[in-house]
This record gives sequence, C-alpha cells and structure tokens, in this order.
Amino acid sequence: MTALRVQNLVKSFGGRPVVKDVSFELAPGEVLGLVGESGSGKSTVARCVVRLTRPDSGRVLLGDRDVLAASRRELRGLRRDLQMVFQDPYSSLSPRMTAGALVEEGMIAHGLEKDPAARRDRAVALLETVGLSAADAGRHPRSFSGGQRQRIAIARALAVEPKVLICDEVVSSLDVSVQAQVLNLFRDLRERLGLSILFIAHDLAVVHYLCDRVAVLDQGSLVEIGDREQIYRQPRHPYTRSLLDAVPIPDPAVERARHARA
Amino acid sequence: MTALLTVEGLRARFPGPDGPVEVLRGVDLDVSAGEKVALVGESGSGKSVTARAILRLDHDAGLEGRISFDGTDLLSLSERGMRDVRGARVGLVFQDPLAALNPVMTVGWQITQPLVIRGVGRKEARRRGIELLGRLGVRDAGRRFDDYPHQFSGGMRQRVVIAIAVIAEPALLIADEPTTALDVRVQAQVLTLLRELADERGMAVLLITHDLGIVAGFADRVVVMRHGEPVEQGAVDDIYARPRHPYTRALLASVPRIDDDPSRRLSTIAEADAETVAEPVEGSAR
Repeated sequence: MTALRVQNLVKSFGGRPVVKDVSFELAPGEVLGLVGESGSGKSTVARCVVRLTRPDSGRVLLGDRDVLAASRRELRGLRRDLQMVFQDPYSSLSPRMTAGALVEEGMIAHGLEKDPAARRDRAVALLETVGLSAADAGRHPRSFSGGQRQRIAIARALAVEPKVLICDEVVSSLDVSVQAQVLNLFRDLRERLGLSILFIAHDLAVVHYLCDRVAVLDQGSLVEIGDREQIYRQPRHPYTRSLLDAVPIPDPAVERARHARA
Repeated sequence: MTALLTVEGLRARFPGPDGPVEVLRGVDLDVSAGEKVALVGESGSGKSVTARAILRLDHDAGLEGRISFDGTDLLSLSERGMRDVRGARVGLVFQDPLAALNPVMTVGWQITQPLVIRGVGRKEARRRGIELLGRLGVRDAGRRFDDYPHQFSGGMRQRVVIAIAVIAEPALLIADEPTTALDVRVQAQVLTLLRELADERGMAVLLITHDLGIVAGFADRVVVMRHGEPVEQGAVDDIYARPRHPYTRALLASVPRIDDDPSRRLSTIAEADAETVAEPVEGSAR
C-alpha cells in the first residue's frame, strides 16, 4: 500500500501549463525529494496534493482515499492525515497565539484531545520533540528565531499525527547551522514516527542529505525519478546532469577540478 | 601584492530603541589588487554591514576605525569624494537585481551612465556597453540594449547589474550575495563570468555570501565573520582543509554536500558552542 499516489496531475494558470501530467508514489516511511528550479511547478504540485489549488485533472490518493473527490466533510479527515509545512515560518504562524496554542489548534480542530490539561501536555511534549522546551509554550512567535519558528510549524503539523507530511522549501530561508538542526530533526522524526514525507526543495545538497528517492521536475514535467544513489551518481536525464553540475561543493580542490573540466 | 583595500578596527553603531547597537566590533581585513576575497557568515554576522560601511552607504551608521582604499582614507573623505569612489573605482552588485535597476530606463541607458557621467561620449559608451553585455553572455546584446529591465529574466538582469558595476573598470567590485536570488544553473554561470571578468581585468572582488559552496569555487582568501567580527581568515585551501576556529569548523560541518556520505550526520553550531563553553564567544546572544 502506498502512502500517497499522485496520478497524471495537470494544472494550468491562464492557459499556461504549469504542471504537465505528473505522476509519482510515496511509500510509507519514505522521504521523496521533489526538486526543480523556480517555475518548475514543484510548489504547484504540493498545493494540488493538499487541495489548496484545484488541478485541471489527475488523481491524488491518500492510502485508498481520493483527495480531489472528497466532500468537505471527508476533506477534514484527509487534512488531518495530510499536513503541510511552508517555507516562511514568519507568515505561517499567527502572531497572536502562543507556541503552545499554535500546536494545540489542530488537535482542537480535529477533536483529538478533548481534555485541556492533557492537550497542553501533548503540546509541550511535541515542542520537546522538535527541540524546544515547556517554557517555550507560553511565548509568542515573534520572540523566536526563524529556525525555532520553523520547528513550531513542524510541531503544529505533527500534532494531528499525519500519515504524510508535505514540506515546501522548509529550510531554504534558514541559516546553514539552523538548517542542519531542522534537517536532523526531520531525520529523527522519520525514524521515530515512520512518517512519509514529500520534501520539496531547490537545494540538491539538502535533498541528497534527507531523501531516499528523488523526482526531478523541469517546466512542469517529471523528467526523472529514482533512488538517491542513481539520481546523484548516474543521472540519466541531461537536465538532471546540468543541475548537479551546477551545485557548488564546499571544497576548493574539488571545485578547481570541476572548473578545469568545464 | 599590495593592499588595495585595508580595513582596520572597523566599528559600526546603529541607533536602536534602547540606545546605539554595536553591529561591527572591530573588523580587520585586506584585499590586494586583483584578489578575490570572500566575506562569509550567517545572518547578523555583520558581513553586509561591513560591505556597506566600506562605501559609507548607511547614513545612520556611526563608523570608527580606518578604511583605506588605494591610498585614500575613506572615513575622512568628503561626500563628494565618496561619490567618485562609488561606481567608478569600486563597483557594487547587490542580491536583488530588480531593486538595483530603474524600471523606466532602458538597460543600455543604465549601463552607459557610469561612463557618460565621467565624460565618455554617448556613441563610445554605447559601443563599450554592448560589447560588455555580450561578454557577459547576453545574446544579441546590440538589440537587447534598448530593452527595459522587465524584459529580462532574473539571471539576465543580474548580468545587466554586473555590467553597470564593472563598465567603468573599477579596481574593486563589492558583490553582496549576487547569486542568492538565482537558480543554481544561472548562479554557476554568473559566478564563472564574475571570476573570468575579475581575472581578465585584474579586478579585485570582495564577495559577501552565506554560501560556503560558492566560496570554495570562487575565492582566493576567506574571512569568516560572526557577531560583528572576523573569527578567522586565511587562504581558501587552509580555511577549508584546516579550519582553526571552532566556529569555522562547525560552519563547514553543517553544510550538506552532494559528494558526501549522506549517513554522516550534520553538526550544528549549537552543538559546537556547547562543546566550547570553556572558550566564551564575545557578545554571544544565544
């Protein structure tokens, strides 16, 4: 049984095709990277999958449930199992709510933990899971750094115990050291919770670190999909090769050798 | 090599709600003629403020110390004298090419301005502008010269900005995150162009960036900044192969790389700081 199946997804904006017949599957416990340059359609794919944007055609199956055909009522249940974390940890968290309330909000919406004290305990436990503390629960988003806010956003998504997490450029606005913390957090969560993750990013080094499989999007089309080792060591599509050739490697000797070859 | 730019004990204070905030706490750095130096650090390290202070771009900044460019003391120079330094002797490229370009003037007009202002005839300025734009990889440069910025893609716009910055043949180019807004393949092209241009003209470059990957392929020398001061500087090979400061080591170990074993866990600065509590970092906000 696949955790998420996307079939023949098509979407255009104003007559311009943005996603062209994209299909892929996400296995339970798997982290699938979706990479591409700006305008490749990767964020649109993510938004279609969670039904924030209506695709023109195609199917999205969460387990055996049809996400696109779901009624409003069914969608509530689906949204619990399918959570999304966005790029910008500044605009995705309400400034008026405390970190604890932000984490509790989803549990209330989905009626997960009816007892307020138990709910608060769970929120604290989740904040601890992402490396924050019980004391942080009473603080407002503005008093946290960007990396800490992103962790609150992750705790918030995890609060409803999703089966699939969609992450859209979640580390791209973070400093490298904070980025490393968040990437390590994803690794740990995936191991501990067996979460399936669709990880959308433009940074191929980040995807290499985190993802088991990688799908490459170019101008709305999926040009290649494969295991990490295959994509990075034996890319088949010329577009994938050109992307990999352009990724800088933090090693002067390696970079000199690459320039000499170019 | 003689030092083209010397910065000594540079301090910068900005007015804040609770009194002045010290953003630079004593920056020392040299850039020799023709040398490519990278100023790297995370947000808040003071790398951009250092670049802007060299050209005195922030009028609310209280600057102390010494900045000497080609024998001229920039901190005591008149505002009029600074205008001659900016653009002509020191070129500037910022992260966002759209913000740096005037949307209602053609790119050709903008590229030739630094020459026209300095008395070069329009025809000659146009000839040199088109030649440079072509050199920067803009196809059909003669025809595109009279286009407006919105008719160019992000990568092409950044080439226009670079053309404006280097057309008056400055001895030093200051580039602040010049490729951060660009896709990876365009970034590689722009960096190659910058490197070739610098080498052809013997132009020195001060590259400000957070990206340790692009530094490795670009710089001769590296200055690592944290909390408003350099923690370490040296030749690029030494910094990457034998970083001495724990912060530099931690920074390098926190960068994922495509040629690495992905099972190796990335280290974080917080972990490194925890291990080096015996060695207090001045002004640490954490």
